[in-house]
Amino acid sequence: MGLVDQVLKGDKKAAARIMRLVEDDLPEAREALKRLYPYTGRAYIIGVTGPPGAGKSSLVDLLVEWFRKRGEGVGVVAVDPTSPFSGGAILGDRIRMQRHSTDPGVFIKSLATRGHLGGLSKATDDVIQVMDAMGKDVIMVETVGVGQDEVDIVKTADTTMLVTVPGLGDDIQAIKAGILEIADIFVVNKGDKPEADKTVRELEMMLDMSTPREDGWKPPIIKVSAVKGEGIEELMEALKTHRKFLETSGRFESYRKDRVVCTFENLLRDKLFQTAIAKLKGNGSYERLISEIFNKRKDPYSVVERLSCQCELESKRE
Amino acid sequence: MEKDERKVKILIAKPGLDGHDRGAKVVARALRDSGFEVIYTGLHQSLDQIVHAAMEEDVDGIGLSILSGAHMYIFPTLIEKLKEQGLDDIVVFGGGIIPTDDIPKLKEAGVKQIFLPGTALEEIIEWVRENVKPRAVSL
Repeated sequence: MGLVDQVLKGDKKAAARIMRLVEDDLPEAREALKRLYPYTGRAYIIGVTGPPGAGKSSLVDLLVEWFRKRGEGVGVVAVDPTSPFSGGAILGDRIRMQRHSTDPGVFIKSLATRGHLGGLSKATDDVIQVMDAMGKDVIMVETVGVGQDEVDIVKTADTTMLVTVPGLGDDIQAIKAGILEIADIFVVNKGDKPEADKTVRELEMMLDMSTPREDGWKPPIIKVSAVKGEGIEELMEALKTHRKFLETSGRFESYRKDRVVCTFENLLRDKLFQTAIAKLKGNGSYERLISEIFNKRKDPYSVVERLSCQCELESKRE
Repeated sequence: MEKDERKVKILIAKPGLDGHDRGAKVVARALRDSGFEVIYTGLHQSLDQIVHAAMEEDVDGIGLSILSGAHMYIFPTLIEKLKEQGLDDIVVFGGGIIPTDDIPKLKEAGVKQIFLPGTALEEIIEWVRENVKPRAVSL
């Protein structure tokens, strides 16, 4: 049996091997993804984002436990940063979740950003596809510890949870644009700290001041303590409510369509770019064009316009 | 990306009960600074947890830090468990307080290399670079 068939049967090792192909961007990865594609689109995807040290991994660990109690298969994709200097990384999110690693119903995958900005790695969406195809019901995606502007997760997840902690900043931080706008659920972790209620109030105030969301969803604020296991029931309830909202409002469907558009356009962009570059390098004009542009004999804008016209002519001939 | 640009993935793990992970962290950090992707799973790992982590993360090598004296049990058992899962192409190496007399026996059991206290980090990195390569995958 080939790796793809094994993945469809839920085999961990085969899934891990295909994810590795995907991460290393090898040609075999495309072949595997092609064959897995018909079996994707079923999983419920939860994004977990927030600043470093907010307790994202600990929270994911608790949520895994809850979903498993309900008999659901769970996938976790945890992203940690790659060093901009060495290209290496230390992936340590598993530390908080290791107790689940021997559970056959759980699959935990660490990914390094490998230079990708926005809080996720380039391979994240394809790794999710593999987990989806192997039959995971719920997939949680933990972003790198983020600041204010890493909002890629919103395009990947059905429900985005922002995990914050008391004492990170004043109420002005809470009204800035960016990450606070994308949360479907706010989680104030370390809720056993005395300042936690103040953080909850500041977030409430921020939400009161903001214009209602286009989709009509009002993000709840849940106070939890991942270490003490408090507030998880309320959080699970909030997740359930948001999922129901997505389903009844048709957004579950439309998010999937948005993702198809995104995947298609990204693939198309990459492929057309690679084809064009390969062609220019193949016929030796690449170096010449670059030096002509460098010497100001040509400008890059006209060169690209002329090249794209040529592509159009060729495709018409086809 | 060219094939030779594949990242090498290493799992650094602390099996069993000893609670000193400074050495493991120093090695993890040095590997990171040399361009490796290091998965660190923390203290008190059971061998099954280590094997599952290695499987899910599809690592190319496992480095164990053992200071407890249980190395003659831990290394061979880990290698046996990896074999059971069809993961015997993962390179296993380690370090810690290990009597030199035990090293040939461990190598016989399938451990690729043992680093004793005082080994220069550069030596470990160089060895990993030479001996741990991305494992082959075919569909």
